[in-house]
Amino acid sequence: MNVQPFLDISLAALVIGVALFTIIAKDEFSAVVAYVAYGIFLAIVWVRLYAPDVALTEAAVGGGVTGVLLVMAGKRLDVSATMVVAKKPSVAFSAFVAACSILLAGSLAAVILSLPDAAPSLAPQAAAAAQGPGAGLGNPITAVLMSYRSFDTMLEKVVLILAVVGVWSVGADEAWGAAPAPFGPATPSDALLFLAKTLPPIGGLIGVHIFWTGADEPGGAFQGGALLAAMWMVAMMARLADPPPINSRWLRLALISGPAVFLAIGVAGAMLAGHFFAYPSALAKPLILFIETFMLLSIAVALPMLVAGPAARKGVR
Amino acid sequence: MTPLIVATLVAASLVGIGVYGFILHPHPLRKLLAFNLIGGGVFLVFGIVARRGSAAGLPFDPVPQAMVITGIVVAFAASAIAIAIIVRLYKLEGGVDLDPALPRKSDGESTES
Repeated sequence: MNVQPFLDISLAALVIGVALFTIIAKDEFSAVVAYVAYGIFLAIVWVRLYAPDVALTEAAVGGGVTGVLLVMAGKRLDVSATMVVAKKPSVAFSAFVAACSILLAGSLAAVILSLPDAAPSLAPQAAAAAQGPGAGLGNPITAVLMSYRSFDTMLEKVVLILAVVGVWSVGADEAWGAAPAPFGPATPSDALLFLAKTLPPIGGLIGVHIFWTGADEPGGAFQGGALLAAMWMVAMMARLADPPPINSRWLRLALISGPAVFLAIGVAGAMLAGHFFAYPSALAKPLILFIETFMLLSIAVALPMLVAGPAARKGVR
Repeated sequence: MTPLIVATLVAASLVGIGVYGFILHPHPLRKLLAFNLIGGGVFLVFGIVARRGSAAGLPFDPVPQAMVITGIVVAFAASAIAIAIIVRLYKLEGGVDLDPALPRKSDGESTES
């Protein structure tokens, strides 16, 4: 007897159950914790869909870094004190919304299940990009990200920078240029201090490894960068490091280095290899790794800056 | 094909649960969580399409998967901006409700310390 279907169904029940709990949980903190668990379970669903690269990203960014962001927001909002006083929606309205949501979910499932059987696919083109003149990469996802759809990936890095600018922009005027509020209390617990001194060397090594193997195996700059970002945040939570001032030169250079190097090589490709974002065949793989190194740096700096929030004056949390 | 059907049900349920929470929850932080649940469901649809599009010796179509990877990071960036705005609203208004009819802690002067 094959147990695989039962495991799949249990996993699905787990994901849906945890997602439901984030909605019906009484207080905000439970909802946030449930959301982090949901991110981890969803990563296992991605593994079942033959998408280990997405699973790594979902676990690292969707579950991990988003979790830190939400927990920090919960602390800054002092959620117990800001319980919303708005009156609860009436039972009839809730029932109406529930009925509409079920209808929506049902029709979506029906549509997906009735998709035509000969599914359209760009896999041949992507495989050609992985093997062909563009790259020489073993991991087709990295080939798509860095060669076949490289312009999208470059723009996505720009989105990250725009988001950092957006987060910095909502800060108070007087605090502009200062450092964001520290991640943790001035005197962290001994356990956290121990963790922050032990984990980053190991996590940093794993992050660089995931980035490096990303050329041929599941992994890449996104997943590795998220892990490096997490290690920096652990150090900041234990106050071994504090967020840098937002007007510091090295911070801004690190933020823009990823898209800047990407764009520069893309423009060089227009002149040397025939068209925008084309790589000369002999140099394709070293060039891609070179770009990815700076992308890794940008991601590892941008994610903690997004979590840290806008600049704050001293003493304000 | 069973894993695909199960994933379909998960994706559809996530979108339904997310829409329900997004409409009914008064707290903006919960609205953000619900919105991210919808996003998770939409990403899963991409994953299902990617798995159905296996060809050329690959067990999946890498293009939708690569789009989901960038999508997850962009969704995080958008969440970070949303959180920054919510926290700023709380500092300025002393509350985070979105109902304009409710009385404000203060009008005009900032409650920031």
